[in-house]
Amino acid sequence: MSLIDVENLTLQFKTDEGLITAVDDVSFSLAPGEVMGLVGESGSGKSVTAKSLMKLNPGNAVYSPESRITLHLDSGPVDVMSLKRPRDMEIVRGGSISMIFQEPMASFAPAMTVGSQMVEQLLIHTDLSKKQAKELSIEMLDRVGISDASTRFGQYAFEMSGGMRQRAMIAMALSTKPKLLIADEPTTALDVTIQAQVIDLMKDLVAEFGMGIIFITHDLGVVAQTADKVAVMYLGKMIEQGPVREVIRNPYHPYTKGLIDALPQLDDLEKPLMPIPGDIPSPLERPAGCVFHTRCGKVIGDICRTVVPQWSDTGENHRTACHLCAEG
Amino acid sequence: MSSEYLIQTRDLSVGFPVGGQLFNRRVLKAVNHVTLAIPKGSFFGVVGESGSGKTTFGRALLNAVPITGGSAHYDDGEVNYDLGDLAGADLKEYRRRAQLIFQDPYAALSPRMTVRDIIAEPLEVMGLCKSRDEVDERVREVAAMCRLNIEHLRRFPHAFSGGQRQRISIARALVSRPRFVIADESVAALDVSIQADILNLLKSLQDEMGLTYLFISHDLSVVAHTCDHVAVMYLGQIMESAPTRQLFEAPRHPYTKALFSAIPSLDPDDKGKVQRLEGEIPSPTNRPTGCQFHTRCPSATDLCRQKEPEMEICEAGHSVSCHRWQELQTAV
Repeated sequence: MSLIDVENLTLQFKTDEGLITAVDDVSFSLAPGEVMGLVGESGSGKSVTAKSLMKLNPGNAVYSPESRITLHLDSGPVDVMSLKRPRDMEIVRGGSISMIFQEPMASFAPAMTVGSQMVEQLLIHTDLSKKQAKELSIEMLDRVGISDASTRFGQYAFEMSGGMRQRAMIAMALSTKPKLLIADEPTTALDVTIQAQVIDLMKDLVAEFGMGIIFITHDLGVVAQTADKVAVMYLGKMIEQGPVREVIRNPYHPYTKGLIDALPQLDDLEKPLMPIPGDIPSPLERPAGCVFHTRCGKVIGDICRTVVPQWSDTGENHRTACHLCAEG
Repeated sequence: MSSEYLIQTRDLSVGFPVGGQLFNRRVLKAVNHVTLAIPKGSFFGVVGESGSGKTTFGRALLNAVPITGGSAHYDDGEVNYDLGDLAGADLKEYRRRAQLIFQDPYAALSPRMTVRDIIAEPLEVMGLCKSRDEVDERVREVAAMCRLNIEHLRRFPHAFSGGQRQRISIARALVSRPRFVIADESVAALDVSIQADILNLLKSLQDEMGLTYLFISHDLSVVAHTCDHVAVMYLGQIMESAPTRQLFEAPRHPYTKALFSAIPSLDPDDKGKVQRLEGEIPSPTNRPTGCQFHTRCPSATDLCRQKEPEMEICEAGHSVSCHRWQELQTAV
């Protein structure tokens, strides 16, 4: 059984310039212990999609009535869309879903020690006493490889290096034993050597805690090394999804192929870098038909410019939304 | 006299005083005895983690931070300068000949100036054109080279995407016809699909204008694809310097090897010849003794802890600063 089911998620933002569609009819599901990589360029709607799972988007967000997000907990299914009051949201936010943000410096409060922030959320989400919460926090810091955890517990975020802050963030996110962890570009701000350490750590923790992870990144290399399955987004649309080996070795959608060809790879230095022509259109000027047609080199005719492509099977558990699929 | 190198540094050091009190002021050596030669017309890469001093090295070559030790020499065949004591007219002329492309195209462009004014500003400040018509002509020329739409010159930067903004930054850097361009993490803020486009643009401009680039980056795969020579920095020092192909085929320094093995492979089944580095880069105010890398090096010995290694040449153009590179080479 799946852990979370997202169906027909559509989300628009009300702005002075009009309604901006950030997420357009996105559906996916995730099983416990499964790691899904959510890939796309900036502005593709991957962060907004992930934040919708906790309804963390700002007040001008409008969800379409067809959007369904169902979280399957031991106590029964929770319809996230129906939760209205902040109190009700506590089961979801920080309780069964935790999130790791991109910039660990910006996500810790600068005037509180790291330890007190860890304890604070444990007191809200668990029945632990203050003393037990402190013990658990120190144990978690130790688990993520922070040496001298009890000293670090009393320090402020600015006293730690980038890699250590990100470890502390992971420790904090996991201390409530969430069912689902959302990691939003958790390694983008880190050096490659530290990134490798954090990726190893996250893999170990998945194996140990067995939670589901949604891993948001723009780096296909990171996805290849961490995820079980991948979903590729472009301008708010999900355009391809499938098992990681399938999607990376046999990408079907021209956009996914383009992303892989644009990536500099070390095993073939002579291979020229192939940029995807053009720029991502402004969300205010979303193209009609297939959202990618303005940059696509394989447009097959007016159908791409006018008709929104539907999902087709392009392999085992591998689906692509492209008119080329119908052509064969 | 003209040499084949555009920039030559010898024991170049840059230090900053840190600590408040007058008598226990310490010096943070961001760049520590760097000796490098950048050949004319090359695409020279400098890689390293954050805090390795690569940006400060670039700034020292632009005379944007004071050089506190050693020397740096610039020679483009027409003029040659000692960068340590540039002043007056020479400094002005050097500013025209050496330009910088910044990392963040969102922060680097003034939101209140039109694209035309942004690109024209260096010409006006340096007094390179006699009339407004001449400025306009030069702006249009360079904008076309950077594949900017001429009709967009009257717009403001907010109307442009990241890739287009970076092309505007490049146009501004190139408008004064420089010989030497430093690109400091110039593609780090861009999406991969756009990044490839900007890299290809930099390459084609190099051929067209005969530029020499110093390309500063933390991304080894980008460097591998664009540069012809790469220097690896760690804690303000050069660990290894080699032609790109040689460096990537046969890295000698344990740090370079570790950097390569940390790059996530695109192949899901390639779990890599895992050689993880423990810990983090030490603070430059509290440098390790001996080899700077010994605290994280998997093959460190007592010698490494005590004695600083010298730069040794292991092949033509390939030098490495490690006591044990020969042993480690045979061990693999």
